[in-house]
This record gives sequence, C-alpha cells and structure tokens, in this order.
Amino acid sequence: MKDFFKKLPEQAVRVAVVFLVFVAVVFVIRQFIIPPEMKEPALQQASSMEREVAKEIQYAGAQICEQCHEKEPQIKKIGYHRDLSCESCHGAAQKHVENPTEVKPTSPKKRDYCAYCHKYNSSRPTGFPQINPDTHNPRKPCITCHNPHNPKPPTTPRSCAACHAQIERAKAASYHALIACSVCHTAPEKHKTSPRTVIPTKPDKREFCGKCHDKGSPRKGAPTVDMAAHGEKYVCWQCHYPHTLGGI
Amino acid sequence: MEAAQNFMELSKQVVGFIYPNEIDIQWSILIVVYPYITGLVAGAFILASLVKVFNVKELQPTYRLAMLTALAFMLIAPLPLQLHLGRPERSYEMFMTPNLTSAMAMFGFVYLWYLMLVLLLEIYFEYRRDMIVWSSESTGPKKWALKLLSLFSTDISEKAVAFDKKTVKIITIIGIPSAFLLHGYVGFIFGSIKANPWWSSVMMPVVFLFSAIVSGIAMVMLLYMIIIPLRDGKIDMKCLDRVASFLFYAVIVDFSIEVLDFIHRLYESEESIKILSQLVETKLFMSMVVLQILLGMLLPLGIMVVIKVFRLQEEVRKLLYFVCGLLIQLGIFSTRWNVVIGGQLFSKSFRGLTTYKMELMGIEGFLVALALLIIPFVILSILIKLLPPWKKGELAGS
Amino acid sequence: MDRRDFLKHLGWVISSGGILGGLSADAWAKMLNKTYDTTKHYYGMGIDIDKCIGCGRCMQACKTENAVPAVPYYFRTWVERYVIKTDRTVSVNTLNSDEPGDVLVEKDVLRSFFVPKLCNQCDHPPCVQVCPVGATFKTDDGVILVDSKRCIGCRYCIQACPYGARYLNPETRVADKCTFCYHRLVKGLLPVCVEVCPKQARVFGDMKSIASPLGRFTRMNKIHVLKPSLNTDPKVYYANLDGEVN
Repeated sequence: MKDFFKKLPEQAVRVAVVFLVFVAVVFVIRQFIIPPEMKEPALQQASSMEREVAKEIQYAGAQICEQCHEKEPQIKKIGYHRDLSCESCHGAAQKHVENPTEVKPTSPKKRDYCAYCHKYNSSRPTGFPQINPDTHNPRKPCITCHNPHNPKPPTTPRSCAACHAQIERAKAASYHALIACSVCHTAPEKHKTSPRTVIPTKPDKREFCGKCHDKGSPRKGAPTVDMAAHGEKYVCWQCHYPHTLGGI
Repeated sequence: MEAAQNFMELSKQVVGFIYPNEIDIQWSILIVVYPYITGLVAGAFILASLVKVFNVKELQPTYRLAMLTALAFMLIAPLPLQLHLGRPERSYEMFMTPNLTSAMAMFGFVYLWYLMLVLLLEIYFEYRRDMIVWSSESTGPKKWALKLLSLFSTDISEKAVAFDKKTVKIITIIGIPSAFLLHGYVGFIFGSIKANPWWSSVMMPVVFLFSAIVSGIAMVMLLYMIIIPLRDGKIDMKCLDRVASFLFYAVIVDFSIEVLDFIHRLYESEESIKILSQLVETKLFMSMVVLQILLGMLLPLGIMVVIKVFRLQEEVRKLLYFVCGLLIQLGIFSTRWNVVIGGQLFSKSFRGLTTYKMELMGIEGFLVALALLIIPFVILSILIKLLPPWKKGELAGS
Repeated sequence: MDRRDFLKHLGWVISSGGILGGLSADAWAKMLNKTYDTTKHYYGMGIDIDKCIGCGRCMQACKTENAVPAVPYYFRTWVERYVIKTDRTVSVNTLNSDEPGDVLVEKDVLRSFFVPKLCNQCDHPPCVQVCPVGATFKTDDGVILVDSKRCIGCRYCIQACPYGARYLNPETRVADKCTFCYHRLVKGLLPVCVEVCPKQARVFGDMKSIASPLGRFTRMNKIHVLKPSLNTDPKVYYANLDGEVN
C-alpha cells in the first residue's frame, strides 16, 4: 500500500487531497449540519399538508346556514333554486358564521347579479330560463317580482321562449319562423309550471311533416316532395333540423 | 396591478384560444441562453477531445483555447438558471432533496461533476508544468495565483509530465460522455415533456447535442481567428482548415437530423401538426425559416461546400470561415430560441398562439441576457492572460 | 472510533430511523386533524357538460376562497365556451375573459356548450414526476399539492401539465394550482366550486366511500377524461363531453 502511494506522483496526491477535503466538507454539512426537516421528503410533505389544512376557510357551506336560518332554506327546498347554495348569491359567509351579529353577508338586490345566470346566452342548455335584461322589465330589480328563494315567475310564461330562447331565436331566422311551437309540439299546460314532470310531445312519424310537405298537400307555400320516394329509411328531422331551416 | 395591464396587452395579441393560465410565457430568454452556453461548453470540449483522444495533430493549436473557452462558459452556466427561478434563494434544495424522477434535478450534480472532475482537472494537468515554470518567472499576485492554481506542486521532471499527459488523455476519454450528458440532459428535459408536442421527441437530446457540437467548434474557430492576430501571431492554416472540416461534418450531421425530424413530423401529421404549422408560418417564421435554417445552416453549409470544391486563396478562406462562424452562432442561438420560446407560443389546447414580449430591463430581460453572453468572454480574456494557450514559438505559425 | 462512540452513533441512527418510520397513517392523522385519516379517502370529481350554464360562480368563488389573484389571467378553475358551427369551425373562449365574445347567429350553430376545467388531480401526474425538488406531491387521498415553502419557482411543472391547470403565483412566485380545496375536504366540506354550482354540474366524490355522489354519476353516464392518450389518468370525469374539447 505504502509503495503505491510512494509511486503516485505528487500532483496526483495533491489533487486527491483537495478532492477528499471537498467530499468531506460536503458530507459533514449534509449529515450533521443540515437539520432533518430540510432533507427528508416525508417530513416536508407532512409539514406542507399541515400548512395546507390550516388555510382559512371563506365559504361556510350551505348546511351551516340552515342551523340558524330556518325559513329561507324551507322556502328554497321546494322551488327552482333548490340546488343553489346560499353562498352562491350571498357570497362567502364563514366570517358571518364566526361572528353572526357584526359581520353580515352580502345580499344582491340589484338586477346585475341575477344576470350572471339568467342573461340570455345561446350556449346555455335548453330549458334553462333566460331573459334579455334590456327588454325584460328594464330597470326593475328582479326581486320585485321573483322571490330569490323561490323564484317562481309571477305569471305563467306565455311563450316557450322564456326557457327555450335559443331555439326560438334560431327558429325566428328560419323558414318555420311563423309556425308556432304548438303546431309540432303539444305542450300540456302543466309543463309551464312543472317542466320536468310533463314533457311536450315531438312528432314521431314522417307523415307528420308530410301534412305540409308531401306532394299534394293543401298547404300553400311549403316546399313539397314525393315522400314515397324521398328518404324512406329515415325520419325527416334526421336530416332537416326543423328549427334552423334555410334562413334569411 | 401593472402586470394585469401587461397581460391585457398580451391578450390582444393572442390568436385563437389559449388556456387562460398560458398567457404568461414561463421560460424566458434566460432559458434560451442556458442551453446555448452549455452547448458551447460541450462543443468546445468535443473539439478539444479530437486532439487528445483521436490524435488529430493539426488541431493542437486550438486545444488549450478550447479548454479555456469551455471553462469560461461553464462558470457562467448556472447564472441564467438562478436568475430565472421564482425563488432563487431556495435553489440549494436541488442538492438536498433532488426528486430522482426529474431530469432537471440532475443539473447540480452533472454540472459539478463536469466542472470539477472534467474541466478543472484536465486544465490542471494540462497546464501544471507551465504554471510551475511561469510562477517562477513572475512576481507579485500573478506568481501566487499560479502557485495556488498548480496546488503548490513543484515536480517538473519528465516522468511527472508524462504522467500529466497520460492523465489528460484519460480524463478526456471520461469527459466525452460527460459532455454528452451535460448537454444531452438539457435536451431530455425538453424531450420528455409529453404535454408539449413541439418538444416531446426522441431526437431532442440528439439534436441538442449535435447543434451544441456545431456551435462549440464554430466558437473556438472564431476565437482562434480573433485572438491570434491580437497577439501578433500567425494563423495556422492547416489547423484552421481542419477545424472547418470538422465543423462541416458536424453541420451536415446536425442538419440531417433536423431535416429528419421535420420530415417525420410532416409525414406522420399528428393532431398538433395544424397549430405547429401555423406557429412556424407566423410567429416563428423569421427566427426559424430565415435565421435558423437559411442563414444559420444552409448558407454556411453552402459556403463550406464552395470552399471544399474550389481551392480558394488563404485570405478568402479566412474571411469565409469567419462569416460561417458568425452565421452559425446566430443559427444555433435561433435554434435554442425556436425550441424554448417556440414551444411556449402555442397553446396546449392546440387552438391558439400567444406572444412573447421580452422585457428590456428586468431580471429576465434582454440586457441581462446580453450581459450573460458577454461575461464569459471577459472571463476568457482573464484566463488567457493568466494561462496563455500558446507559447511564443507556437504563435509564429507552422 | 471506540465502542462507546460506535454505540452512540448506532443509537442515533436507529432512533432517527424510528421517528421517520413511525410516520404511519396514525401519525399523519394526528398531525392533520384528530379524526381524518388520509388513507381512508380517495377523491375525484365528476362534471356533467349538459348541466353547466356557464354562470362563472365557480370561478369567482374559487378566487375568493383560495386567494387567487383577482385578475383574469390566473385561474385554478375556469369555464370554456365552445361554439361549433355548421361549417365545422370551432371557436373557443374562456368565460368572463376580456376578449369580446363571439357574436353568434343561432342558426349557424351546430353545437354549443360550456366546459369547466380544473386540475385533474391525475393518478400519474407528469407534474409530480418533473418537479426537481419534490415540492409537488400526491397525498394518500389522491390530491396533488404544492408545498409553497419548498417550490423554487422553476416552472417545470407548469410546462409538464398538459391541461394548463398550473400557473406561477405572482405574489409568492411559486407554482400554484387547484387543490380540490384540500383545506375544506379534511373538515368534511366540499370544494367551493362544487358548493356554489347552481346546477350540480360538478359532483364531488370520495371513491373509497361506500356511497358517494360519484357512484350514480359514473354508472349512468359515459365517462370521458381529457387527453387520455397521454396516460395521466385524470380523476376529473366528464359526462357528455364533446370530442372537440381538448
């Protein structure tokens, strides 16, 4: 062993010494000087989860509201807003839960808040009640006519467009613009007050469209075609979507 | 907040749809500078290794210069990374608890390995004898600096010098795969991101490596052509021609690999091809088609073919080599830009493109990037003063 | 080193190993909350595209609850609006963004809908894989968290996320993202986006619980996840998701 070290040139020994000193310093620092919290992933993750869990809560959750406010949740449960959480409209209320007398949640009483959901947007799913805020009782606060906790409309909607605005607008630009919805869809009165329990009918046979569009139909102005020879395998609306025909 | 103002302007320049969080480019010009710098390090080292391992004797005049160039750039390499971190004061964590599945965690270890065990060690053994001789000939701080750098060694016997030479060769042999790792891992950092189809590619580490070799060889060639006249020396044309030859081969390989990647993408025509084509045709047109491909690759390639086919005069060759070297630097920098910035300009929804507004001032701004590119040359000039790459006889030319 | 030193050293090694090994589920539970056991839960979310009305209450509530910067450029959750026209062009934009919305002509529209997006809390998260310091990690209950004290702000995770769910918080300068409101989950509350949704378009579930709201959701709907080919195994399950959504 000693012979080997004697044979090793002195510059190699010098380099080796420098290297070993460096390694030793790093080793000492890492093993003994750095505290374990900086080195162990498990400890760090645990501490991180603790900090995450300790974060402040802003929204209390609808269940807590019911503990003090009995009236409004009861009203809400039977209406169209039953799935709407209290804090969706009244904002984050945890601070109110912690200090009920001094901190009050907000209460949107103007027209602008309801518009977030109910302003007409053609991408909303059909059947969702939408209005044009510029024409629907402009300037009047929505809560004047609609109780926000049970927002039943004050009068039964007259037109299907109240909830099916997108279809109505598409139809209004189509060849079927002057045809009322009730011509093709029979809607029981109950559908207007309880939409999901009773659903309007849809035509189910080709002959229905044929009443106007078959060759020899008495209806003037409607384009006709020989139904016996035209698309026999299919029902008409598979190809011709009735709400957006042609267009102006 | 003024950042919001900034974003509002940026969002006006968005084409199509981007995820809302993508409005901000995450990796800025600093992250373009970093692979450019480590590329120069790896490339310069590969040139140096041609001398020591593959015994290309004509390249001997560039050996020490290449090593010093690699060292100068290596010393600056961590700076762009530090400056771009959101929390630079925590960067030591990569040493404490590196996540072993992350390619980026390799950085500290690969960097230290390459700097200490390859570059510093090789430069030590290469210069040891000369440092001892020079320290005995100088006085004052230079004398002590040289003594320190030589680790206070004194043996300049033939046997010791022979040991040094042998060690240099061994270190270079280890150094070649280390250089590949040093720059290849950067390519892997990009190439392993499946979320980004511009980056995600098997060829990424290979493309990075070969463009690094091209840029490194070109840089050493440029420096050789600038420094020798500054020291009143004569350029060794045999050496220069040989360097240019190797550069030529490297450019051909690099170009072939990039063309292969391009053809492959177009042919397979995956989901991302539409947005990527749009990216190249609009946002990246100048930097990719003009700077990277035409000026940075095809033009130098053409020039070097002309030089090889027609036997041109020495002065003409020198001028053309110089032009090639500059064009290649521009081209490789653009390559880095196109990879890093280009990969962030399109949305991961594949439906839109955003913009990069490079700041002038600011810690990730243009001026800082420029400074980071200039400082290595300053360091190099200091190193050359302290450890001259050529002896007086060598400067006179072959 | 003599025997005494060796035994001292050995004792130190054993005791520190014991402390770390002892970080069992019980220890975690004690640390978090006396009754919460991370190994007894595994969270996921269901989103029904046909129910979303694009009201944006979820986006706004999330910003309030989680102190996300109030500008429209950082989101933990957001809603995208898709309009697919009869000429097969698709236009997409984020709800409440400053860009002017697409002026629609209804008859040109083939399909149109809203898609809520958020961190998918993947089972094979690419973000966790690439974090150089292990600052982002997956908990036992399936939530991916970011340790804001460890994150060095390198933004590699933001690059690696295929869904654009992450952002760099401009105030703390570390990476940030949706945590399924983890601080609420351990207390038995719902994430706020689920809490305030007027249509129950978002359904939150504990997959380890015997009865979970995700049960019917995953039984009755054809489920799709975003970018399945990337094999990230997201835990946000979409019902009625259109193929144009990516």
